[in-house]
Amino acid sequence: MSYQGKFRVWRGDDSGGALEDFTVEVNEGEVVLDIIHRLQATQAPDLAVRWNCKAGKCGSCSAEINGRPRLLCMTRMSVFEESETITVTPMRTFPIIRDLVTDVSFNYTKAREVPSFAPPKDLAPGEYRMQQVDVERSQEFRKCIECFLCQNTCHVVRDHEENKEAFSGPRFLMRVAELEMHPLDTADRVDQAQDDHGLGYCNITKCCSEVCPEHIHITDNALIPMKERVADRKYDPIVWLGNKLFRR
Amino acid sequence: MARAEIAARTLRTDRWWLPPLTTFVGLLLISIYAAFRTFQGDYYWVDQYHYLTPMYSPCLTEECVPAASHFGQWFPALPGFLTPPVIIIPFLLGFRITCYYYRKAYYRAAWASPPACAVAEPHSKYTGETRFPLIAQNLHRYFFYAASLLLLINIYDAILAFGTGVGLGNIILLANVALLGAYTLSCHSCRHIAGGRLKHFSKHPVRYWMWTQISKLNNRHMQLAWASLIFVCLTDLYVALVASGTISDLRFIN
Repeated sequence: MSYQGKFRVWRGDDSGGALEDFTVEVNEGEVVLDIIHRLQATQAPDLAVRWNCKAGKCGSCSAEINGRPRLLCMTRMSVFEESETITVTPMRTFPIIRDLVTDVSFNYTKAREVPSFAPPKDLAPGEYRMQQVDVERSQEFRKCIECFLCQNTCHVVRDHEENKEAFSGPRFLMRVAELEMHPLDTADRVDQAQDDHGLGYCNITKCCSEVCPEHIHITDNALIPMKERVADRKYDPIVWLGNKLFRR
Repeated sequence: MARAEIAARTLRTDRWWLPPLTTFVGLLLISIYAAFRTFQGDYYWVDQYHYLTPMYSPCLTEECVPAASHFGQWFPALPGFLTPPVIIIPFLLGFRITCYYYRKAYYRAAWASPPACAVAEPHSKYTGETRFPLIAQNLHRYFFYAASLLLLINIYDAILAFGTGVGLGNIILLANVALLGAYTLSCHSCRHIAGGRLKHFSKHPVRYWMWTQISKLNNRHMQLAWASLIFVCLTDLYVALVASGTISDLRFIN
């Protein structure tokens, strides 16, 4: 079954832009990215869109559909009414390059600020041994495809550009948690999380978890456990005393 | 480089305002009811069946009905409009207010920070939980300890009430402590204390098992938060209605 779908797509660059109306053919089984490609092929050959795998694994086609941060390739047209006008806009949190393409280099800067995996000094590559039960918490976070939808939807930076310097965002706080929970990592990540990556800015409103296309429990399994570890270190005199007495 | 020029606060077309509105109204109604019952200072104890509402447990001041003071009367009668629950309410309220679920609920519903995902918040500045007073949210674990102690007292009260037979009130008190217990156990701080803070689960199999079980409950933390909160109010209402003689308790045994 085909029908003529109504779309509003943001077109422009950093000097300005606006939503433009299009009517595009929609076929059964298609996703929003298919429509954007048809739009390119038939009506707007210069429409800029970043995409790659069309399988929800590369994290390239992040955008906002009807105001909700989503992957273009994983949003089925069948979830919309045929009469509905579908709005497609670029991610709001990052600077615009053109049309649906944003400059996500903020994330690469933040990624570089997280010190890398630090195994024990006497352990060479190839000698790493760990039990599955110890490493599986970190493995959940390895599912991240770096689509940056969590970074985009997090109100700490989405609504407050000035917080970008102090706050690394859920993706990279999750990376800190991944390393902190890794059985062979020896670096001290707790103070880093609070002091260098702005964990205190997170008010656990869970939008990062809501938009994650990999369904990672970012808030419950990464951010809150890190907040609890920070509380151990900085705000809990009983744990501090216990650590002093029993040298845990 | 600048962001894309989009003036609308949000382009969401769903009813994104409904969940925060429902949360706000729900929390407001429960707060009004709890405040009314706290300061009413009456109908908290059913002498015939030994039902004590969880809102007045433990009843520690001299104005308490002596039979309701299972742990003695530690404090003199409180002055003015103050009633016995004002001694314990701060701990219960503190546990709920600093709870990771409720934080999400009221940050969204009452403070619009943010009102919903991808909906711009109205505040020009945001510092989150980095400074006073919100940095005090880190004290959640202490309220968890206090709430756990109060839960044990509620369990004791519920068991004590079986001394006079079995009625609907006993079942309600029992269901209440079951829900409160599930909510308290599912707490993120409890999960952390039980095993979450460990680096090597394999070296602590018992704590790992506890962490695994608590994690299952933790997945339902929001549902348990609401269920236990509403049921505490219903339990209190039932005790108040029986205590005031408005209804009589349905007895199964005796």
